[in-house]
Formats: sequence, C-alpha cells, structure tokens
Amino acid sequence: MTSMMTPNGFALDDAGQRIVVDPICRIEGHLRIEVNVDDNNVIRNAVSTGNMWRGLEVILKGRDPRDAWAFTERICGVCTGVHALVSCRSVEDALGIDIPANANSIRNLMMLAQYTQDHLVHFYHLHALDWVDVVSALSADPNATSALQQSISPWPKSSPGYFRDVQNKIKRFVKSGQLGPFANAYWGSPAYKLPPEANLMAVTHYLEALDFQKEIVKIHTIFGGRNPHPNWLVGGMPCSINVADTGAVGAVNMAWLNQVSDIINNSITFIDQVYIPDLTAIASFYKDWGFGGGLSSKNVMSYGEFPAIPNNYTNESWMLPNGAILNGDLSTVYDVDPRDPAQIQEFVSHSWYEYAGSNPAMGLHPWDGETQPKFELGPNAKGTKTNIEEIDEGGKYSWLKAPRWRGNAMEVGPLARYLVAYARGQEDIKAQVDGLLAALDLPVTALFSTLGRTAARGLECSWSAHKMREVFDGMMANIKAGDVATANMDMWEPVTWPADTKGVGYGEAPRGALGHWLHIRDAKIANYQAIVPTTWNASPRDAEGNIGAYEAALLGTPMANPEQPLEILRTIHSFDPCLACASHVISPDGQELVSVKIR
Amino acid sequence: MTGVITYMLAFDRLPPLDRQGRPKMFYGQRLHDKCYRRPHFDAGQFVERFDDEGARKGYCLYKVGCKGPTTYNACSTVEWNGGLSWPVKSGHGCLGCAEDNFWDKGSFYGPVTNFGVMGGAEATADKIGGVLAGAAAVGVAAHAAASVVSKLRSNASKETSHD
Repeated sequence: MTSMMTPNGFALDDAGQRIVVDPICRIEGHLRIEVNVDDNNVIRNAVSTGNMWRGLEVILKGRDPRDAWAFTERICGVCTGVHALVSCRSVEDALGIDIPANANSIRNLMMLAQYTQDHLVHFYHLHALDWVDVVSALSADPNATSALQQSISPWPKSSPGYFRDVQNKIKRFVKSGQLGPFANAYWGSPAYKLPPEANLMAVTHYLEALDFQKEIVKIHTIFGGRNPHPNWLVGGMPCSINVADTGAVGAVNMAWLNQVSDIINNSITFIDQVYIPDLTAIASFYKDWGFGGGLSSKNVMSYGEFPAIPNNYTNESWMLPNGAILNGDLSTVYDVDPRDPAQIQEFVSHSWYEYAGSNPAMGLHPWDGETQPKFELGPNAKGTKTNIEEIDEGGKYSWLKAPRWRGNAMEVGPLARYLVAYARGQEDIKAQVDGLLAALDLPVTALFSTLGRTAARGLECSWSAHKMREVFDGMMANIKAGDVATANMDMWEPVTWPADTKGVGYGEAPRGALGHWLHIRDAKIANYQAIVPTTWNASPRDAEGNIGAYEAALLGTPMANPEQPLEILRTIHSFDPCLACASHVISPDGQELVSVKIR
Repeated sequence: MTGVITYMLAFDRLPPLDRQGRPKMFYGQRLHDKCYRRPHFDAGQFVERFDDEGARKGYCLYKVGCKGPTTYNACSTVEWNGGLSWPVKSGHGCLGCAEDNFWDKGSFYGPVTNFGVMGGAEATADKIGGVLAGAAAVGVAAHAAASVVSKLRSNASKETSHD
C-alpha cells in the first residue's frame, strides 16, 4: 500500500515518515499507535495495536456461571464493576431469572456512581493535562484566577489566598524535582492555549477532584463491600435491606442510605460547579482544534443502559437509549440486537487469532466465538516477535479482534450514546447538548471531534449524578411501600437449570458498548465471549479493510512536533481508552516521556 | 499497603513475613477470627440463602460460601475505602482473594468445608444451623478442620510452586 481508500471512506497513505508511539505504561499497558505523517506532519495513516493478551474467555471455561462476575470484573479495576454487572445479566438471561426492583435500583446506582466517578477521573486525571499546562499555572496571578473562578461558578473555594496556596504547593513540587503526576509531559508546547489563570484553576481542580473521586466510589463500598471490585450476585444484589427491625445494623440501613444520599448531593454539586464550568471554559479556548472526529460523524452505536423497568433491556426501559447511526444520517436510528448473529460479529483477519472454519475472513457471532491465539507478524514488519520495531498492518497486528455491526466499524462511548439519544429526540439529552453548543456558539457538527467526545463525557457525568438522585428517591419510595427484596434465589441451585442454555448480558460501560455472551452446558460455562468498548474503538482492520475508530480519528490531524505526540494523546485519550494508563507518558523510572520512534 | 511502606521507611527494615511472603502484621490472622459476624457463627445463626431473614439480620455467611475461615487478611478489621465496609459487611461472603490459587478452590458459593477432602461436610454445616445447642462445638470443629485443610493446601501449593 502507498495510498488507498478504505471501504468506510478514509484515505490512507503510508508513504511518509513512520512514527511509533509505544506507550510505556504507568499501571497497565497494552496499546501501541503507529502513524505515517506527510511532509507537513499531518497524519495520513494510523495503526492501533492492542499488545496484551486478555484470555479471560479461556479461564472461564468449565467454571460455575454464578462465579463468572467475579472473574470478569477483574478485566479492569478502573471501570470496576461494569463487567460484573453485564456478566450477571448474561447468566440471568440464560436462566430466565428476574431480579427484584431494589436490586435493579442498587445496580443502577452503582453503575451511575461508576459513570460519575469514571468520567470525573478521566477528565481531570487522564485527559485534562493534554489541554492544561501545569507549568504555565506557576505564572498565574492568584487574584485574576479568583476573579475568573467567581465569574464562572458559585463554587466556594475561590479566594485569591486559596489559589495562591495551591500555586505555592505546585512550586514546591517543581522545586523539589518531584513532580509526581505532573512529571514528563509536554509543558510549554505551543499546542497549549489556556492563559495562566485558567491553567491554575484547572490544576487546582485536578487536585480537588483527586480527593473527591474517592468519595463517589463509597456508593460501591456501601452496596458492594469494597471498591475496586465490589460484590455482585446472580439474581439480584447480596446487600439485604433492613431499615426498621432487629439486626438492621448488619444490613443496608438508614445510616448507610443517608450516606449514599449525601454522596449523591455532593457529587451533583461538584460536577455542576467545578467540572462543567471548567469544561466549558477550557473548550472555549480550543474551539478551533476541530480534529479527531473519525468515525463519530459516520457510524456510532449504543446498546442502551440504565433500565428504568427491572429486567427490561429494551428502549421501553433504557434511560440512555439503544441504537446505531450509519453514515452520519441522524434521521434514522437502527435498533441494535446483540442476540442477532447477523448484527454482531467479530473478525480476526488482522488479529492475533485464528478461527477453526475454512474461511479466514469470516466473522463469528460471540455465541459461536472462538479464542484461539495465533501470534505472527506480517511480512513487512520490522524487528522480531518479542521486539517489534514496526508493525505490518497488512498482516495480523493486534490482540483485539475486529467487532462489526452489520459489517460496519462503529464508534462507541459517551459521544456515541449522546448522538443516539439526540437523534432519537430524547429531551433531557437534547437540552444538555443544545445548551452547551449555545454557550460555546458552535454547531451540532462540532460534536464530531476530539472535543465533542470530551464534552459529551462531561455532560453525561452531570446527567449521571442527577440521575442517581432520581433512582435513589425511587428506591426509597419502593422500600416505603414495603418491598425490601434484593435477590431472587428461585433459580440459584444448578439442579433448577436447563441442561443447555445461552444468554447475553449487555449495556454501556462508561467508555462504551459492553456485551458478554455465555453458553451454559451441564451447569458449567461451555463458552464465554466478551466484547468490550475498547475492542470496538481500538479495533484493527477487518478483512474488507475497514478501519476502526482510533485509527480513523487520528487521520488528518496536524502535529506541531512529531517527537512530542501531544495531538495523538489528546485524541486517543478522548476515547477514555481502557488503556488510558497505557497511553500515559511516564516510564517506570519516571524519566522517559514516551517511547517515540521516528522511522 | 501504605502501612507496609511506611513501616519500611520508619523502621528501615522489612516487616516480618509469613511463609508465603505476606507481612504478618496484616496477614497473620484469619478474617473469621476478627469478623464482626463471628458471634452468629458461634451461635449457629446462618444465612441459608441470600436475602433471607438471616441475611437481613446480618447472620454468618459461612453456608453461602464465605471463605473467611480459611483466609488470612485484615479486611475484617481495617476494612475498605477509609474503613467504611468490607465484603462480608455488604452481605457477600469473602472470596478468599488473599490465598494462593483462590480462584481454583471450587465455587465462591461452596462452603469452605466442602472442598474435596471434606466430602459430606455440608451436612454437618446444615446441622449447625438446625441444632442450636450443639452448634458452637460443631462449628468450632468444622472450622478447625477447615483451618487444617487450608494449612495443608498452602504447604502443598508452596512445594509445587516454589521448589
């Protein structure tokens, strides 16, 4: 290949200089990006490689399906709980178990808390420093910062003395040479556009959010016993409710419910008075950085999340709707059915797997899915299998399979969910989106960008915090009406199960569409397949040559300096990759920025 | 974790470790021995199924699979997220995640005495719930047996994995 057009409409050209960004990870690592840039340093080809084997599907075979939530939950400790939730749904679907109303409310509260905390942490701690220059904050005038803060929000921590104090703290950090989380970024890059005062305000809120986020997850601790990795239960939730009788201190009681209520109120205040004003202020300085749209203006998808009606996983019930948009046509939203073998398929032509069938280009629905590794490099790859210098995207090049909806590569995540809800005319979402666009004086098409993805996540964080209040009040009304059930144990014992059955659990993790497909035979897991959001977004190419959301989003982006791939980080981070930590730029010894190689 | 790191900084030495290399200060005792639900175990008061009357009263989770009796960790005293709660307090049994190969020791919902070697012990556990008078004695016996099993298993796995 030198230049070509992909079937999904993207021009690729690999003639120019090749840049390899193989991020050295802070917590977990499994993403590598390679791009080709033209003479003007504009990205003309992009290759996304997931370079870590997961293998949960293999581990789960032969196990008790009631245990699967605990295994799958360990896929990730950041979006902790989302896999457990859809795993429980998959088993309940296979066995025909209905969960009680309180269990549905508690699950919704835990998932909404997950959205609220995850989006907040993503914005401030995994993404903001792609836009906010910490070093510039040192030269800010605390009085001007205070005036700026007070002009955009009623948040009380806004005095000049407060900002001066934070500024001095950062100065001590810098002076000691121990920058901690602020080490090794591209401070001073011309790609940073905020004035010093806005930088100081944002860095201050970085620190406040770091402290506050640990409060939000206490909702998991109360209902699930711990965070990360709270406890769940097939058939409902393990936390019994007892608000009146003897022994209430050993169950979910009034003291704990009050604490949950307080956390919800505090979350709403923090998101609406800190996160949203910061987001709007920062976005106003980057309005002209309209890159990174990629697939978002073409194909987006959501399975739907937050069932208002227990056990109803359809648009009659979803608070965030199910749907797919093709070719950017917002006037038609298709229903997505994860059960339909014609709709969801995974391809492995460019993935380090092989299928048993005779046709290597075929796709498999996850119920028939296979996880058979085949690690080999394409003929034009450079280096060795254990030290890859350059990927050959013409061959197999990722541990991620290529999932497709009716053959189409799809973008998933907050922006996809918001576009689907917007196109379906959902009033609460429309009001939020139109409000932000009006405040920034931008058209709807501005959403199809890196900034649009970041904005949708912020709006959804606020939506989630407010929705927690609604769900909590609904649960209290249900308890008041005399219903305290949290689990349905009628089908708990394996003797009550059919000998051979299949199920699917699906929903939306904070970073996008998540599905677990399960086959139970003789009370054991015969097959288990998970398609996680990042598999959609970071997908390698399929047999037809369609590129995935990450690869598409990088195309056309000009880089100020290819040795400082800030633009790549901005766009990849905007997806909240499951490997967000992987694409951080700190080496284990805190020295090297990121392994950027220009070839 | 911070306890261990700050111990090393404060006293300039590694803390005493158990045979699996775990700091004794936090992994020296069973969850079960420090569990706030322990009196219900001793009194033969058990959760028989999730969300039953016993569950709403905070009874012992032993019969729904709690691995507290064979798990050496500090969750029941230190607790999680600033000392707010821990798995047993939320109504779910301990998964035993501090123990070697905990994921391969049968279902998370099987009572600990039911592990292979102790075939038929589930009946004993049922008796514990039914006969209150003799419950404490039987409970302690089952519990002691489970501890021995755990110790043997831990030795066995140590031999295979480290020698």
